[in-house]
Amino acid sequence: MVTAPPSVPPGLPGLDPAWSRHLTVADATGTKHEWHLLDNGVAEPVGTLLCVHGNPTWSYLWRRLLAAAPPGWRVIAPDQLGMGFSERLTGPRPLAQRVADLGDLTAALGVTGPVVTVGHDWGGVISLGWALQHRAQLRGVVLGNTAVAMPEGDLGPALIRLAHAPGVRAAVTVGTPVFVRATTALSWPPLPAAVRDAFAAPYGTPARRRSVGDFVADIPFSPGHPSRAAQEQVAEGIRDLDVPALLMWGPRDPVFGERYLADLQERLPQAQLHRFEGASHLLPEDAPQYADAIAQWVTDLDAPAPAAPPAQAPTGHLWSALTARADDDSPAVVEVGGGTVSWAQLHRRVEHLAAGLAGAGIRPGHRVALLVEPSADLTACVYAVWRAGAVIVVADKGLGLAGMRRALRSAGVDAVIGGAPGLAAARLMRLPGLRIAAGRVPGAQHSLAELEARGATAAPPPASPADADCAVLFTSGATGPAKGVVYTQRQALAQLELVRSTYRLSPEDRLVAAFAPFAILGPALGIGSAVPDVDVTEPASLTAATLADAAAAVGGTVVFASPAALRRVVATAAELTADQRTALGRVRLLMSAGAPVPLALLTALRAVLPAAEAHTPYGMTEALPVTDVTAEEIAAAGPGDGVCVGRPLPGVEVRVSPLTPLGAADGPLTADPGTTGEVCVRGPHVKDRYDALWITERAASRDPGWHRTGDVGHLDDAGRLWIEGRLPHVVTTAAGAVTPVGVEQRLEALDAVSAAAVVGVGPAGAQVVVAVVVPATGGPRRLGLADPELADAVRQAAGTELAAVLVDRRLPVDIRHQSKVDRRAVAGQAARLLAGARR
Amino acid sequence: MRVLVTGASGMLGRATATALIERGDDVTVLQRRPASLPCREVLGDVADPGVVASAVTGQDTVVHLAAKVDVTGRWAEYERANVTGTRVVVDACRRAGVRRLVHVSSPSVAHGGAALVGVGAGPADPARARGHYSRSKAAAEREALAADSAGLAVLVVRPHLVWGPGDTQLVERVVERARAGRLPVIGSGAALIDTTYVDNAADALVAAVDAAVHGEALVVSNGEPRPVAEVIARLCRAAGVPAPRRRVPVPVAWGAGAVVEGVWAATRRRDTPPLTRFLAEQLSTAHWFDQRRTRSVLRWTPRVGLEEGFTRLAAAYAPG
Repeated sequence: MVTAPPSVPPGLPGLDPAWSRHLTVADATGTKHEWHLLDNGVAEPVGTLLCVHGNPTWSYLWRRLLAAAPPGWRVIAPDQLGMGFSERLTGPRPLAQRVADLGDLTAALGVTGPVVTVGHDWGGVISLGWALQHRAQLRGVVLGNTAVAMPEGDLGPALIRLAHAPGVRAAVTVGTPVFVRATTALSWPPLPAAVRDAFAAPYGTPARRRSVGDFVADIPFSPGHPSRAAQEQVAEGIRDLDVPALLMWGPRDPVFGERYLADLQERLPQAQLHRFEGASHLLPEDAPQYADAIAQWVTDLDAPAPAAPPAQAPTGHLWSALTARADDDSPAVVEVGGGTVSWAQLHRRVEHLAAGLAGAGIRPGHRVALLVEPSADLTACVYAVWRAGAVIVVADKGLGLAGMRRALRSAGVDAVIGGAPGLAAARLMRLPGLRIAAGRVPGAQHSLAELEARGATAAPPPASPADADCAVLFTSGATGPAKGVVYTQRQALAQLELVRSTYRLSPEDRLVAAFAPFAILGPALGIGSAVPDVDVTEPASLTAATLADAAAAVGGTVVFASPAALRRVVATAAELTADQRTALGRVRLLMSAGAPVPLALLTALRAVLPAAEAHTPYGMTEALPVTDVTAEEIAAAGPGDGVCVGRPLPGVEVRVSPLTPLGAADGPLTADPGTTGEVCVRGPHVKDRYDALWITERAASRDPGWHRTGDVGHLDDAGRLWIEGRLPHVVTTAAGAVTPVGVEQRLEALDAVSAAAVVGVGPAGAQVVVAVVVPATGGPRRLGLADPELADAVRQAAGTELAAVLVDRRLPVDIRHQSKVDRRAVAGQAARLLAGARR
Repeated sequence: MRVLVTGASGMLGRATATALIERGDDVTVLQRRPASLPCREVLGDVADPGVVASAVTGQDTVVHLAAKVDVTGRWAEYERANVTGTRVVVDACRRAGVRRLVHVSSPSVAHGGAALVGVGAGPADPARARGHYSRSKAAAEREALAADSAGLAVLVVRPHLVWGPGDTQLVERVVERARAGRLPVIGSGAALIDTTYVDNAADALVAAVDAAVHGEALVVSNGEPRPVAEVIARLCRAAGVPAPRRRVPVPVAWGAGAVVEGVWAATRRRDTPPLTRFLAEQLSTAHWFDQRRTRSVLRWTPRVGLEEGFTRLAAAYAPG
């Protein structure tokens, strides 16, 4: 027998040698085994985290969790027998034996209290095996990229299968360090060499790698495999686990892909999930924040559940207006230059389509990605999916194909509805699920027309409960990957009610959707709507005349628009005929959402829409609207530190969480006027949760019932909210936090400046403030220093000390909105310039 | 308190000695040339143990500024003035039972040419420091800090780019080169640099005399970094000379600096060369510092902001 060296080599990054210990434990046959394990040694713990590594790693994998252990929690991370610095074995150790070994070890260690198991890779199934045999003390299970079963029709991970092939296995896993080295090479971002060496440290010779090969051989791919029964017992057994579960997943894993995650979710439906976008198989390496997340999660296990807000009786369904107007032949949606759909037609189509979807296997709670351009088809699909009790999943094309792919794959869709381009994109994105074609698309399992025809004779599906999910939407992705945001039907209804009451919408109103996606809202709000005759793929083709024609087509009283659309309307107002002016003259309300609308633009719009009160709501994908402000109110508020977005709407509460000098929003929520902090919102229409992002959700809702918006601002004496920027854009100077928007506004008020971005340069807490401006006379080809006169003027106006004034031809904007300045990009460019040139 | 200030003929030494005299300390100054200050004066070389011993005897505190500050010259000259000089001062302090030594150093002792963006004071490293001045000051600082003990509290203060009226180093060199049209803007001129107005540096040294902290190095600056081209333009404006407009790409300046150094070395010229690699680097990479620890442990903040400093400089240059 090859004996293990007495201890771990010194100096491994992140590993406290004090955690390392050896223990001799006899198994059921009386054979003694020498274990090595990491143990933080907490005496009389409130609980124990039992961490089980996979193949070919060792307990080093869990070093960050030992370091991040919550107070009172013991963390035990053994090296499996034959692995790490535990003893070497003379033969294979099958799954059932390894589960028993782990039980022998915990008994010897005197682990008696509550235990949360943590498993990664093949440590997942072993940890769950232990869990099933220790139900009385099991408090929860945590799994990283792992599998308990081969999903149906799957032959097992391709890479593992390759390593399984006779001949290959011995050479790859034992004879050479290829497998040991390849595992840490999967890591993304790449691991430091010292960490990779640490992972390889116990596996220096073929003799020391023997169990690495045996471990691979023990994966039960075939029904006759000796470990198959034990594996199936675990896979089925965990369906009965009633303890909390947490799944932490690296979606870039080439070994365990999405279907393994779906399989685990199906077996552990109570599991909370966090997907670490960008992370690969070695999740604890790729996403070091996993350790703090587990610490938080186990701490929360014993925290009292926050009192649920009183549930209000839901006011019908999202499609209630359709039912109410089932016999109404007046237009529900008019596509100028296209067709008109009456309320009765829309109702019929939605009912039939919903029944057809149900017939095609769409069940309540299923997620349906809608890759259909704004159109009558899209409107019908949205309401039919809701009517069928399913969930719409909508990702904006502005995310780009890669962003959409990440977003839609994270949502785990069950079906995709799309035209030819949409379904082609779905194939490119390798989305799972049923394909339903809007129109005729070869290769799709169903078409809308076919489902509608089938549904005409089928029974309508039952209505879904108010607390069922109804939509997954995505944030802009301007700061990192787009986040999925889940709404329940109750929350969506509350949102519609808030919009209806805020803008005093009545059935007599008619909506003109100058930004095509808003047309979806008309039927839910119970008002007829019109879409201007513009190419939906070219929003820039909207003009004042096409807007006027749409208003004339339905007798429009309300216009919903984006700021970009409004800019084009103002720019083309000269082309309006007298009739078109009359049609626009009947519009009583203009609502512009998506980005702040400059007062100058709102003022210019008065010439085009003379009777319209111009409103701008403030909100975000997670809560919309939060406040509302009119052009008059903005003018009355005057200049201030930030953008005035008005007062919170009835039923919506706003507080701020004050900032620390390092720019963290740690303070208790307050409504004190003048205190700057992260804006927090509470209301019945706020999102239910982030999707597949447990950590993000936990952080955003850490004040129970409140949503942290990531925006920074303050309330004033009059109860108005002022937005000062995004939390990550707060500049943390030695003298305190500086928010960018107020400074930018003061600079943009200068005649010499047409646009400004204010950013921080330098390390957090010691940053200096830098302004990058676009001169009114045009900027240089490349970012550079402002001339002395401009620099003096900018410094005078800034109201805060500026280390440098830079000029550029334009400011980078985020892809989706084309209007929000990408301050992070500005800061990066400024930091490079101000660091000086490398020679 | 009895305080010895070495190197009081320089701008900062003079300002520091004056501040100490004005607050009522019993000040002695030591340098080679008469400083004409209203206090006891010892004339001589800091590398001369006899001279230093006589100046140090009976002092409570020593503020050691005397150093060779230049961009040319042979290593032996730097080593004698800066390394040996400091060793002699430290030895004399120990022998004379001085309680506190404030050793004045330079941020360049800790850095090897990379951009410094809001950094603190790293350890002095003669192996990485660039040029004879920085390398000798790094070695000197290590000797000084090694002497920190229960008997002798040593605090190192590293003021960054000190300037003000009467400055023969930074200001005068910038102004002279600008006047001669020999000062180009290197690269974009955007590299952020920290500077220190002389009164603030003197205040910081006085605060260092009184502070409890010892055994470490603190960078001192105005905490108002500005693009290097802006700093130079403001100095020139204050002195009434046109700011440089000619731009030289960084690699060209670097190459030119190397050529000039080679020519000066080959011809054994003793005057100040128009450009060196060190200077090209100083004028094209960021050098600014995190001042939070310095300000909190010295309980000091700069009294004179940059704007006020430029105004005072302009007044000093004004005719009449």
